[in-house]
Amino acid sequence: MINGKMLHVSASPHARSRQTTQNIMLDVVIALIPALIASAIIFGLRALLVTAVSVATCVVAEFVMRKILKRNNTIQDLSAVVTGMLLAFNVPSNIPLWMVMTGDIFAIVIIKQCFGGIGQNFINPAIGGRIFMLLSYSTPMTSWPTPKQGFMTFDAVTSATPLASGEFPSITDMLLGLRGGSLGETCIIALVIGFIYLLVRKVIRPIIPLTYIGTVAVVMFIAGLVKGEAVTFTVNQLLSGGLFLGAIFMATDYTTSPITTKGKYIFAIGCGLFTCLIRLFGSLPEGVSYSIALMNVLVPLIERFTTPKPFGTPKETKEEKKAKKEAAKA
Amino acid sequence: MKKIPNGVLTAVKKVRGGVAVEHHKNTADLEVVRIPTPAKVTIPMAMHIGAPCEPTVKVGDEVAVGQVIGDSDKFVSAPIHASVSGKVTAVGDIKMPNGTMCKAVTIESDGEMRLWEGIKPPVVETREDLVKAVRESGLVGLGGAGFPTHVKLNFPQDKGIDTLVINAAECEPYITVDYRECLDNSWDILSAVYMLKDLLGFKKVVIAAEDNKPEAFKVLQRIADHEVDVNDEVKLMVLESKYPQGAEKMMVQSATGRQVPPGKLPADVGCVVMNVASVAFISRYIKTGKPLVSRSLTVDGSAIKEPKNVRVPIGTNIGEIIDFCGGFKEEPCKLITGGPMMGLSIIGTDFPILKQNNAILAFAEKDAVIKKETDCIRCGKCAEACPLSLTPTNIVRATKAKDTAALNRIGVMVCMECGSCAFNCPAGKPLVQHMRMAKALLREEAAKK
Repeated sequence: MINGKMLHVSASPHARSRQTTQNIMLDVVIALIPALIASAIIFGLRALLVTAVSVATCVVAEFVMRKILKRNNTIQDLSAVVTGMLLAFNVPSNIPLWMVMTGDIFAIVIIKQCFGGIGQNFINPAIGGRIFMLLSYSTPMTSWPTPKQGFMTFDAVTSATPLASGEFPSITDMLLGLRGGSLGETCIIALVIGFIYLLVRKVIRPIIPLTYIGTVAVVMFIAGLVKGEAVTFTVNQLLSGGLFLGAIFMATDYTTSPITTKGKYIFAIGCGLFTCLIRLFGSLPEGVSYSIALMNVLVPLIERFTTPKPFGTPKETKEEKKAKKEAAKA
Repeated sequence: MKKIPNGVLTAVKKVRGGVAVEHHKNTADLEVVRIPTPAKVTIPMAMHIGAPCEPTVKVGDEVAVGQVIGDSDKFVSAPIHASVSGKVTAVGDIKMPNGTMCKAVTIESDGEMRLWEGIKPPVVETREDLVKAVRESGLVGLGGAGFPTHVKLNFPQDKGIDTLVINAAECEPYITVDYRECLDNSWDILSAVYMLKDLLGFKKVVIAAEDNKPEAFKVLQRIADHEVDVNDEVKLMVLESKYPQGAEKMMVQSATGRQVPPGKLPADVGCVVMNVASVAFISRYIKTGKPLVSRSLTVDGSAIKEPKNVRVPIGTNIGEIIDFCGGFKEEPCKLITGGPMMGLSIIGTDFPILKQNNAILAFAEKDAVIKKETDCIRCGKCAEACPLSLTPTNIVRATKAKDTAALNRIGVMVCMECGSCAFNCPAGKPLVQHMRMAKALLREEAAKK
């Protein structure tokens, strides 16, 4: 107590970094902006409208749900904004708005808040929302508008994604995003700019995106050797569908990915393998959402087995390992 | 990458994780100044890890500087000496900065700082002499932990202890007293280094400093390159400046590549780690016989008017030291003894300075960083920062669920409470507090069995 005023007392440390949940989420939003701009150019202003509606729905859903559950308000942490943007990026730009809104509500209310809110959900809310929409509205969710250059275009012509049709545009067009697809997934260049921003701001570590994309590349190359034209096949597989969007922005979701370094590798390799399996052998054209969701639910298990040994733990000798095994059996 | 001069070592094995804290070494250029003799000192009987001392004086006794006023017959303990000359006015319980109660001796100073007539330089010829002398000096680790130094030095000779690590890393922000020790008392460090090496039979001495202290570096390099070091066994090691380089376990790892196993001491992997100020003190004690009755500390922080490095008698009231530094320029919101990462926040200025306190920091409200606590988002930045490979967020969950099996698996007991996890946490979680709760839970469990 000094001059009658109480001092603040707390456990050490008394210095803290400047990073907060809010500014991390803000960084993610900033990292998504290049892809948003690209989608507006590629698919027209409706892409912006869908995103705006999706964000607004998520924020309102979160606000109302917290009120109903009598919990503190959490919309200022911006995580609902991120969910809204990501879900919008995962739907075609010509989807009816009410469909997006139901997806948002499912993501926020069921996946996120019913399990305890931020940090507690077992799968990525945006992916949960997308899977819900894929199952509920299969046709609208898989009829993608073809891109038409020019800012103000509304294009009603729809086509299948190159992954389904097997007809791939040129690599340049794919990098620029000039192909049919969900509104935020097509422009690879914009997504990579966002990735670099997240790395520079130290929001994510590169392990998951690079391992995920790397695994898909390796498996697809092997598959390509069987099918012929391995390199072209691999490049087409990497640049189409939602792989980059998923690997950079969805698989790296903190809550639903392992915190251990080894765990991150296992998680990302798993995502890659499932994506390849679904794409190569499944009846679905795309497998990114499903594979991430699958790996999401495995995270507690992965972490359980990849918890690092604490500093200085002596290496187990063979005899000790044996003894441990026998003890476990008994 | 900075160029590393010839003959200077780098870390054998680098420290994992860690955090980049701002250094704030504002007082680095300020020489240590003595404060005027305080009118009164209150000297607690527990200023070290181990058994507390019992007062050996009673109210009314006349004491002189350096006279023993508290001692214990336990080995892990260190005697306590009068830090001013004068009259004992009280012997009784006081409240310590950490909230516990402790016996203390209060001495009213006669202002003369008269030395006790019993003070004479000890004769140190063997290792036994040295251990005895260091015990009598009352020395405890001056870096902050307060472990009695003679216990560290009294290792069995057959244990294969070969390396002495001298810690000049001072990785806590703000504190610069070890840095000043290097610049101002380099001669003391030099003579102690070679004496410890010869008497205790170390094969190698590693003096470790962070690369943000070039001036101290030059001095330490001269010590390492001194011609008495005929076999070139004393080496300087440069460490990247990051927190917590200076932690004992980290020091051992950087210097030798060895890792101290959970629940063990550096001696178990053949190392002794000593703070540079403790080393310099040993040299002065052997020359003069004057025990540990004063120490240097940094007074800094945004609420202090004139930040300073001061030398104060042990037991001086913290308020008096702050007054000597011009008092507060802003209303203080947080007061800390020690560094901002591991220091103790205290409830007021009416506490005595202890042997192990190396700083007093006072922060105004805007710098007291009271981050709002929000929900954990499992970002894993705590695990990334942990130099001991722990996963703090999972420890918090396991503690809540009272899952002691998980706590043991994760290994929370090795946690040294360096605070890197909490520093990094974007959700502002008091993770060190959670680690302490987890450890308490495990201790409780162990006590039940």
